[in-house]
Amino acid sequence: MRFLLRRTGFYLIAFWAAITLNFIIPRLMPGDPADAYIAKLQGQALSRAQLAAIRAEFGVNPDIPLWQQYFNYLSGMLHGNMGIATSQFPTPVLTILQESLPWTIGLVGVAVILSFLIGTLIGMVTAWRRGSWYDTALPPILTFLSAAPYFWMALGLVYVFAVGLSWFPTDSGYDVFSVTPGWNADFIASVVQHAILPVATLVIGSLAGWVLTMRNTMITTLTEDYVLMAEAKGLSERRVMFNYAARNAILPSITSFSISLGLVVSGSLLTEIVFNYPGIGFALYKGVQGNDYALIEGCFLVIAVAVLLANFLSELLYALLDPRVRQGRS
Amino acid sequence: MHATSFTDQHIESSTLMNRAKERGRGIMRVILSNPKIAVGVGSVVFFVLLSTVGTLLIPYPPDATVVRGSLPPSAAHPLGTTGLGQDILAQIAYGTRISLTTGLIAAAGSTALQIIFGLSAAYFGGLVDELLTLVINVFLVLPGLPLAIVLASLANTGSSRSEFVLAVILLFTSWSYGARVLRAQTLSLKEREFVTAARATGETALRVIFMEILPNEIALVASTFIGTFVYAVGAQVGLDFLGLGDVSHASWGELLFWAQSNGALIVGKWWQFVPAGLCVAILCAGLTFINFGIDELANPRLRSERPLRKLMASHKKLLPPKKENDKVLV
Repeated sequence: MRFLLRRTGFYLIAFWAAITLNFIIPRLMPGDPADAYIAKLQGQALSRAQLAAIRAEFGVNPDIPLWQQYFNYLSGMLHGNMGIATSQFPTPVLTILQESLPWTIGLVGVAVILSFLIGTLIGMVTAWRRGSWYDTALPPILTFLSAAPYFWMALGLVYVFAVGLSWFPTDSGYDVFSVTPGWNADFIASVVQHAILPVATLVIGSLAGWVLTMRNTMITTLTEDYVLMAEAKGLSERRVMFNYAARNAILPSITSFSISLGLVVSGSLLTEIVFNYPGIGFALYKGVQGNDYALIEGCFLVIAVAVLLANFLSELLYALLDPRVRQGRS
Repeated sequence: MHATSFTDQHIESSTLMNRAKERGRGIMRVILSNPKIAVGVGSVVFFVLLSTVGTLLIPYPPDATVVRGSLPPSAAHPLGTTGLGQDILAQIAYGTRISLTTGLIAAAGSTALQIIFGLSAAYFGGLVDELLTLVINVFLVLPGLPLAIVLASLANTGSSRSEFVLAVILLFTSWSYGARVLRAQTLSLKEREFVTAARATGETALRVIFMEILPNEIALVASTFIGTFVYAVGAQVGLDFLGLGDVSHASWGELLFWAQSNGALIVGKWWQFVPAGLCVAILCAGLTFINFGIDELANPRLRSERPLRKLMASHKKLLPPKKENDKVLV
């Protein structure tokens, strides 16, 4: 219980930090969002009143003291008011985020689970068969693949499988012309078909981390006495590998979840751009293209919150698996 | 008197030189003894040469139009040309310079922050540790690349886009992981006798941290430095690809940005996106291999088992010849 309270407290602080960073950063930088927006309207004669109205809309009115701006901002955030996306005027940022978030969560969620399962399994087998050809060949190949930028791999996959072989569609989240979004078989099939290449990109790029973490811990675990004992008892090879060695080696993989998740989310943002996938990454791209700070910041905030939540869940899972964590011992 | 002191000095300087030479040979031996480090150092040396000597040998300037339109690879342009008719090899070579300096600035600054945060948190303990660890952990769970995108979109507006600004932004979004690793290591080091002894003799905290503890963590510092370098190179290419970099200068990310926005993929101009990504992959994989090599040197269990025959051969040299042994026994 104490553990739960402590961690909840930490994540609340992290959440507050994310929101506050979002408030402070534009005010620390040279120029402000309102200036940039006014610059975009170049050529149009703006009256003083219009300028003041734009500044008020962005919440950077110089007449209001900073602390009051901050509280206005916080209460706006709590009410889901993230401003208006100037690049897609007059759509509110919140609406764009609500439409994009499910796509990214689906993409990253499926990719992380697949990558974790496949990577951990490969890591386990390569550690078990130390010195075999695949133990020598796989880690360097996977390292190379994970060192390549995600979006570059995406470009390659599109080039080969979508443009060259035409097995998969080149862009978008579903076939906008022939299916209607909703719980119907055609739509779901179209979504799956469109998701295969992006998911494959993310899985290939993030596989190496899981493989190497699992392999390295498992190699250490394999030298433990209880593994030798299990072998001496004459247990089947499979049982020793899964129930004795792998089971004890899997904890560090779960700890590294938070770091790996951040990387996969970042990778996904850029991958979405290549596929014109209708997720947060693509919204972010449009925001960058249109100098739309409200949208960029909204994207950052929603990504940060999603990553914080996922980390919180992974820590709860970890506590469930390792009683030492629950009791505050290390 | 005068003469002897001269020869003494002379002898001293020559032994120093010998020692330096020996140390140099020692470093070479370490590099060559571990195949991973050898491959990694090889790739880094290749890119350093490409960005220095290479740029002198390539006859084309990177940003000027040298032919009309995009040409596939040929003898005159080994990597082909871009849509604007720029030589891609020249762009890659100059881009290497940008990637390497970005990595260097970000990694050096980030490592300094890691040392300051990690070591002082662990050394001072108590409230200082609580606070610094909180800051470290908050930055660890906040996704780095999205934060960098927010910063870059605000900092790089209009004509003031610069690669240096991107490097500094990456510095501030990449230090938390290394700080945590260094803090953990310092926690265990500070209980050792040599630290207690240094404190007992009245050394200042600054001296104990930098002269006693830090030198004992140099391998770890090197490994987090390389890790940050890899992250910075990849993230910078990502930011450039998003269109947040200096669009007027050739860099790896800009090449990919233009390839994507000109639709090089759809029309099958593979040479416009393959080289840049491949360079990122080779450089980052090489650096990661150096890190693995350092890990293996520090943790012999991870080394792949040497073939038995080789092991026997190396042992034979150490043991006295067998026949003579037999004779003595008989």
